[in-house]
Amino acid sequence: MTTKKNFLKGIIEENPLLVSILGTCPALATTKTIEAAIGMGLLFTIVLICSSVLVSLLRKLISEEIRTPAYILIIATFVTIVKMLTNAFIPDLYSTLGVFISLIVVNCIVLGRAEAYASKHGVFDSLIDALGMGLGYTLAIVGIAFFRELLGTGGLSIGKIFTFIPEAKLQIIPKGYEISVFQNPAGAFIVFAIILAVITFIKNRKEEYKKAQDKLKKAQAKAALSKEGEAK
Amino acid sequence: MSTFVAFILAIASSMLIDNVVLSRFYGICPFLGVSKKVKSSLGMGLAVVFVITIATLICWPLYRLLELAHIEFMDTVAYILVIASLVQLVGLFIKKFSPSLYKSLGIYLPLITTNCAVLGVVQSNTDQGLSFLNSLANGLGTSIGFLLVIVIFSCIRVRLESANVPKAFKGLPIALIIAAIMAIAFMGLQGLFTGIKL
Repeated sequence: MTTKKNFLKGIIEENPLLVSILGTCPALATTKTIEAAIGMGLLFTIVLICSSVLVSLLRKLISEEIRTPAYILIIATFVTIVKMLTNAFIPDLYSTLGVFISLIVVNCIVLGRAEAYASKHGVFDSLIDALGMGLGYTLAIVGIAFFRELLGTGGLSIGKIFTFIPEAKLQIIPKGYEISVFQNPAGAFIVFAIILAVITFIKNRKEEYKKAQDKLKKAQAKAALSKEGEAK
Repeated sequence: MSTFVAFILAIASSMLIDNVVLSRFYGICPFLGVSKKVKSSLGMGLAVVFVITIATLICWPLYRLLELAHIEFMDTVAYILVIASLVQLVGLFIKKFSPSLYKSLGIYLPLITTNCAVLGVVQSNTDQGLSFLNSLANGLGTSIGFLLVIVIFSCIRVRLESANVPKAFKGLPIALIIAAIMAIAFMGLQGLFTGIKL
């Protein structure tokens, strides 16, 4: 598999959230605003990359029986480091995400990539895989957050959590017409459900198209065969 | 208000008002994954009640020990180790004393380690600096809330199988819509009673 393919598969084909349906808890809990989702995706990607690289480096040292506890320990260590750094440098992000930074430890994607990929591949491949997966996850949760913030508050705003950039707000839906249920837990479920349904719809369409193409090809081949038979 | 009444109210508060799955979003993975049959969801829920209760009982004193040694930042690492070994231990115990229960819980026990409800409850107890009784009430309430919601959800999903659902919504999307409607229903309980200190 080429490096580019390895990178892209995490974003589209094997997107951890939208295709494998892993790591749903933070995807629903931290997507009230786009900024929180970007922060969550960033922290998640850092933990994923660090733990994948370390697991890949130690893959010949860690024996088969104690694999899972060892991986969990590695992940928990990186989560603790990331948590302390966030608390020190971006305290607003730390208080917004709250307990969900610690919960990256039990995010199935990190452990899943360590088990399924990093423990069997080289350091560079694991790094690229983690980068793709992290980016794919970030894009997916930012997508959910985009719809939730847009419909729930009527606009998009930046600068509230990342205080080092200037605060700005873009109001798209006039005040009083926003649908505040999208800011509530119920809205998260609805947005996620509709995104999954759209993906299933596109997949079904593609499959139907493929089936129709196959049928056409078969019919053409049959016709060609019968023509040959007639000619003989 | 006597301590006992406050304790019961605190359990009810974290069970219904601040429901673990529908408003705090812990443990969505097993909520969606193990809710196709009522029996298995009941097994999963009971196992979670068991593990969360014991984990809160162990982790509160453990944090005090970490405080004594001035290594509070190691809390997440310590908790996940406690939970992982606890799940193993509980599995062994149940296997020894009640093989029939072990058979029905079997596959769900190892899954609990990566259920974020367990670590989430323990960690948020620590982050909020709750007292021992309050932590216990939070643990009990959260886990019973999880049991309640996952059983209701699986009952709805069983009926949904025979329903005529649009093709694109079949499976997970419609289940998520059901979860959304349940979340709206639970939103109605908000503000019933809050801020119970023990």
